Amino acid sequence: MTAKTLGGPPEIQVRALYKSFGDNEVLKGIDLEIGRGEVVCVIGPSGSGKSTLLRCVNLLEEPTKGQVFVGGTELTDPDVDIDAVRRRIGMVFQQFNLFPHLTVTENLTLPQRRVLRRGKAEAARVAAENLGRVGLAEKADAYPSSLSGGQQQRVAIARSLSMGPEVMLFDEPTSALDPELVGDVLAVMRRLAEEGMTMMVVTHEMTFAREVADRVVFMDGGVIVEDGTPARVIGAPRHERTRHFLSRLLDPAMAEVEEETSDQVGGSD
Amino acid sequence: MADTDAVVQPRKKGLTRRQKRSLSRGAQYAVFVAAVIAFAVSADWGRLKNQFAQADIAEQMFPDVITLALKNTVLYTLSGFAVGLVLGMVIALMRLSSVGPYRWFAGVYIEIFRGLPALLIFIFIGVAVPLAFPGTEIVGGTYGKVALALGLVAAAYMAETIRAGIQAVPKGQMEAARSLGFSPARAMVSIIIPQAFRIILPPLTNELVLLFKDSSLVLFLGVTLEERELSKYGRDLASTTANSTPILVAGLCYLLVTIPLGFVVRRMEAKAQEAVK
Repeated sequence: MTAKTLGGPPEIQVRALYKSFGDNEVLKGIDLEIGRGEVVCVIGPSGSGKSTLLRCVNLLEEPTKGQVFVGGTELTDPDVDIDAVRRRIGMVFQQFNLFPHLTVTENLTLPQRRVLRRGKAEAARVAAENLGRVGLAEKADAYPSSLSGGQQQRVAIARSLSMGPEVMLFDEPTSALDPELVGDVLAVMRRLAEEGMTMMVVTHEMTFAREVADRVVFMDGGVIVEDGTPARVIGAPRHERTRHFLSRLLDPAMAEVEEETSDQVGGSD
Repeated sequence: MADTDAVVQPRKKGLTRRQKRSLSRGAQYAVFVAAVIAFAVSADWGRLKNQFAQADIAEQMFPDVITLALKNTVLYTLSGFAVGLVLGMVIALMRLSSVGPYRWFAGVYIEIFRGLPALLIFIFIGVAVPLAFPGTEIVGGTYGKVALALGLVAAAYMAETIRAGIQAVPKGQMEAARSLGFSPARAMVSIIIPQAFRIILPPLTNELVLLFKDSSLVLFLGVTLEERELSKYGRDLASTTANSTPILVAGLCYLLVTIPLGFVVRRMEAKAQEAVK
């Protein structure tokens, strides 16, 4: 990847972030900055807190302590208009979460009309444009249940893009997909990255992380263990925990041996 | 069971399992047929026909039983359903509210109105309230009273149904809506409630059937001739003719509506089952 010029303030800034569910401390002091146009992949074993971190960035999870800034606005400020900030942050879920009672086009137009108060014609135009972008223009009138998982996820991406976000968050976007459907979704994400979208991606797709990400962040046990270029973190990990994780990904049979590391959290991913 | 000696003795004495089964089924049929015959022989058919199926009395009920009585029953039911739906929705949302007193109030409401007989509510609205507050008039006269009484009862049941429906919508739907910038209220109205209603359409229709039958409690309100519904109409005519045919006809009119509605509910449930796969 060509190095991006990352001038100005960071698009996403996480400062000393803590999050507990009851007695279970999932995030233990996270500091992270993501510049404008940067693509950052967050990897780590399940229960490492990576999904929780992502969900804290648009405040779907309320942090216990610490600050989150997106585009210079502090989301953790109790007086912030969270709905207004979220309009600038697109979120893509593992389970797609399309609205099943609406057609594909309605999934894309309803949020624009209700939230952004766009007119009917403009909403339809933006929807058609974004459906084209994810290669699903012909599915405009279909209902989500008639689409494959990969198509649903691309519609979900188009729905987020229709709101004109400055930042896109991806929470394991391909984990619920059959292997043969993963490629189409990753292709859409790759194109988005090339267009200069600021992206934070929680994923297990190492090839994607290696080829598309500007930075890879490895999390384990609620802390960031390594943060660097893909070549550095994936290619030449410095920490034992990172090496363990990567070797388990490459050779799942090893997983049995290493199971005791940190698998308590559950839930968020 | 004698099955244990099957190992020792493959062809055991006595009845095999298959023989036992057909014997048992045969016995059940025999009892049923005997009961039907006993009833047919012992019943006084002439008397039954006289009391319940007099064609001229039945004839004299038409068209009023449809144009007046059934019409009023439907009207009472629908107005009660409308009041119950609106009130039930409010109670359901209160029950799910983050504000404690709202939840508390909704809980008490549901417990009270599910726990009391509908008849008592009718008497309360029809007799107790006018007695206690002589000046007040419930808007819509009898229709208003019935709508209110039926609605108050129905709201308690519907609130629980609606709450369950809202909670049955996957959590991800609210999260997706919120992350697109919907406020909680707008997400509820545009995204969650439409899906909840799809889920609860069968139980809501069942509630409609229940209300349809409960509208017969109007009998206890004291209504004008024009306001009579099926039960009252049937009973009045039964006493003037000293014959039970009107009761039978009124009953058939209820079934005319409830059986098709029940069929619709089963169809919807089957379809919903299919959608889940």
